[in-house]
Amino acid sequence: MSTATTARDERKNGAGDATVRSWKTPVILSVVALFALLVFALGAPGNEVTFRLSEENDPIVLPSIVVSAPVIGWIAALAMAALAVLAILRTRSERKIPTWVLAVFAVLFLVAFLTWVVGSARTPNVALYGLLAGSVTLAVPLIFGSLSGVLCERSGVVNIAIEGQLLFGAFAAAVAASLSGSALVGLLAAAVAGVLVSLVLAVFSIRYVVNQVIVGVVLNVLVSGLTGFLFSAVLSEDSERWNSPPRLPVIEIPLLADIPVIGPILFQQTIVGYLMYIAVAAVYVALYHSRWGLRTRAVGEHPKAADTLGVNVNRMRFLNVLLAGVVAGVGGSFFTLVAVSGFGRDMTAGQGYIALAALIFGRWNPIGAFFAALLFGFATNLSNVLSLLGTPVPDQFLRMLPYVVTVFAVAGLVGRSRAPGASGIPYIKG
Amino acid sequence: MKLELIGITKRFGSLVANDHIDLVVLPGQVHSLLGENGAGKSTLMNVLYGLYDPTEGEILVNDKPVTFKGPGDAMAAGIGMVHQHFMLVPVFTVAENVALGNESTKAGGMLNLQETRTRIRRISDQYGFDVDPDAVVEDLPVGVQQRVEIIKALVRDAEVLILDEPTAVLTPRETDELLGIIAQLKADGKSIVFISHKLREVKAVSDVITVVRRGRVVGTADPSAPTTELASLMVGRSVSLTLDKKPSTPGEVTFRVRDLTVQAANGQHVVDGLSFDVAEGEILAIAGVQGNGQTELTEAIMGLQDHVTGSITLGGNELVGRSVKEVIRAGVGFVPEDRSVEGLVGTFSVAENLILNRYDGAPFAKGLSMSRAAIDKNAEEKIAEFDVRTQSASSAAGTLSGGNQQKVVMAREFSRPLKLFIASQPTRGVDVGSIEFLHRRIVAERDAGTPVMIVSTELDEVLELADRIAVLYRGRLMGIVPGTVSRDVLGLMMAGMPADEALAQAHDVQGGNL
Repeated sequence: MSTATTARDERKNGAGDATVRSWKTPVILSVVALFALLVFALGAPGNEVTFRLSEENDPIVLPSIVVSAPVIGWIAALAMAALAVLAILRTRSERKIPTWVLAVFAVLFLVAFLTWVVGSARTPNVALYGLLAGSVTLAVPLIFGSLSGVLCERSGVVNIAIEGQLLFGAFAAAVAASLSGSALVGLLAAAVAGVLVSLVLAVFSIRYVVNQVIVGVVLNVLVSGLTGFLFSAVLSEDSERWNSPPRLPVIEIPLLADIPVIGPILFQQTIVGYLMYIAVAAVYVALYHSRWGLRTRAVGEHPKAADTLGVNVNRMRFLNVLLAGVVAGVGGSFFTLVAVSGFGRDMTAGQGYIALAALIFGRWNPIGAFFAALLFGFATNLSNVLSLLGTPVPDQFLRMLPYVVTVFAVAGLVGRSRAPGASGIPYIKG
Repeated sequence: MKLELIGITKRFGSLVANDHIDLVVLPGQVHSLLGENGAGKSTLMNVLYGLYDPTEGEILVNDKPVTFKGPGDAMAAGIGMVHQHFMLVPVFTVAENVALGNESTKAGGMLNLQETRTRIRRISDQYGFDVDPDAVVEDLPVGVQQRVEIIKALVRDAEVLILDEPTAVLTPRETDELLGIIAQLKADGKSIVFISHKLREVKAVSDVITVVRRGRVVGTADPSAPTTELASLMVGRSVSLTLDKKPSTPGEVTFRVRDLTVQAANGQHVVDGLSFDVAEGEILAIAGVQGNGQTELTEAIMGLQDHVTGSITLGGNELVGRSVKEVIRAGVGFVPEDRSVEGLVGTFSVAENLILNRYDGAPFAKGLSMSRAAIDKNAEEKIAEFDVRTQSASSAAGTLSGGNQQKVVMAREFSRPLKLFIASQPTRGVDVGSIEFLHRRIVAERDAGTPVMIVSTELDEVLELADRIAVLYRGRLMGIVPGTVSRDVLGLMMAGMPADEALAQAHDVQGGNL
């Protein structure tokens, strides 16, 4: 008996021992640190930079943060260089680089970059609270979209049709709200529209076992064409009647909304914004702590195992895909009921694909997808704010920022994040 | 619980997988289903478990007819099944796997895993399973995963437990432990259906043996029946279970492996500092439980693995860092472990598969075109020489039976002069008749003076073929022992004990008994 025990212990310990000496991380950190030294420190603008934390007439006024661009640039760049050296030493002695090193490095880079880029602008003064609140707002459809992806992929169906769900949701919300005069009716119509797109996806990919990626892409093209046609043939003819939806009102929660910085983010939202927070929490709790979630994950990881235990695999998948349609549809209503008042041709502009990237970057986890979507929202908002401030960086490059961030974020994770085992693989009994 | 199958027939199109099978399983009885791969044992059990609808026939539980629409119905009737390929979600914890489909919940459909954990602990203590409910399944050794499967059945109050080829993935020690568990379950009044093609285990564990061949019950046997009788009943003709093999006459050592290490994508050393030699005219068998680095070792030799350090030399030439083509050109013949994925192109014809390693040279290639005539002639010769049972040389290789597919692979590899022959799991899923043939061909190659390396997880095969045996455990060499070594020593080594300790311990035990 003792032999078996020792053997098992050995196996447990053995697994952690064998680490690889990979120079990828230290090399990347060194290059970035060098870049920071050259641009953020040596190339720092000589002036001071102001970050405003609140508006003058807010109930609680926080003082603005005023920093010197060269000082911050140097401190951050040197600290980053120090972390890079630490990473090199760790790798040389074949030890793991702690996660906090990467986290601190990323924060330092962000601070240095913000200081440098705002400092180089014509007006070196930015409202930090606005930057953050705007990021959340821009991230709302991304978060809904990636939650839709979580629901589908966790149950084993690849959802490329997020873009189509968002766009159809936006379209339905605009039309229904315009006709009824009620934004809430628009919201409901968006959910129904999302489900319709999902229904097609589910029927073709689950019932008829058509390649899921192809169905998804075809759906996106179909929705784009359909809404585009209706837009020019119907909506543009009489936009008073068809395309002037009322906007969803912003609901402020008394007192809480007055908290500086986080108040506007958390407690000064439309109903779609609040639904977003509720949806993230609900999907997370349900996925990991409910019977439905356990079965969903099982069906997405090892459908045969679930089947042998009496779980109806394809019904679980069907329901999840439909539910995903509700979520993405509601997300689509953001475009026409919150962001602007009215539908425009292809107005989702690829956000559905970015949501898909957020899903992967967030490792198929609702909370992870939430933060990944926030990062992408932040990048988008930063490019908007910076182009208003007049930075030396050309506008075109700024508009590339969110996509560059997406590419790097997803590429950096390749090989490290693991998709649900059966995602994209149809389940055929027997 | 009394379980009865009456006249069960299952057809897939024109194929009759089960042909009027009758079977009675009594409470507190271990009933073995013995048959070769493809005899229809698993199909029968999938019918019983509600995964397939029977074409004809009836299932009776306690003399009452029942119909199972799905596994849920079968479980409700008290039937539990441990599948050959475990039905466990690898990223789930033990508790999550056990709960799935049978969840205890709190208000609002929220999981109550605490209750599941308690039940797992109760069963685990009762049978001495030593299973942690919060361990993640993919981190557990195979033997423990199998216990999780048994717990899954017991939690659902199974009275009849079907074990489908349960020992295929176990070390000899784990097999012994499993046989102990089966005895305990039997003492508790559970019925066990034990499916296997391994005669020794079937004889050790059964109360009743039913032998299945080509979808039919061909007889029942008493566990005390001699092994040869069981074997001939299973195969349908008399078979010789032992191979006539002359002692080896090792020549010059031409194949050397030194400090070979293969690193997996996750950084683990799946092959860890291996050094061994193979001489001309000897068979070195690599033994070990599946997944201990055997696949990576053979792939490293063939040039199919990245991140290989150390040295592999054949006749003085270094093979590490060479392309697969260069390794093949150097005279290495290779039979991969999974013929349907790596050994053959299933949609290509038998004739085409027979020249996959020589398609680009004379006589098969002429400039840019292929010579149809040469290919067909070669196919005819090989099919005759290796007794490949196929409708024609132009049939798709994927339509052949396992044994005949393996003969095609073997024929292709033996079709040119070899300086080294490597075969991984040469007879996995192959019928007994073909096993004899393939083994004799391998020994013939040895006698022709080729160094031969066999990788096998089947102890019987290892002991049958090997002149020397190297045992791998977690990518490390536990030692090299002579081919005449005892099963016990190999069992200990396969569980991670170095050769000298294993020999000493086995010797002690024997001494104590005397």
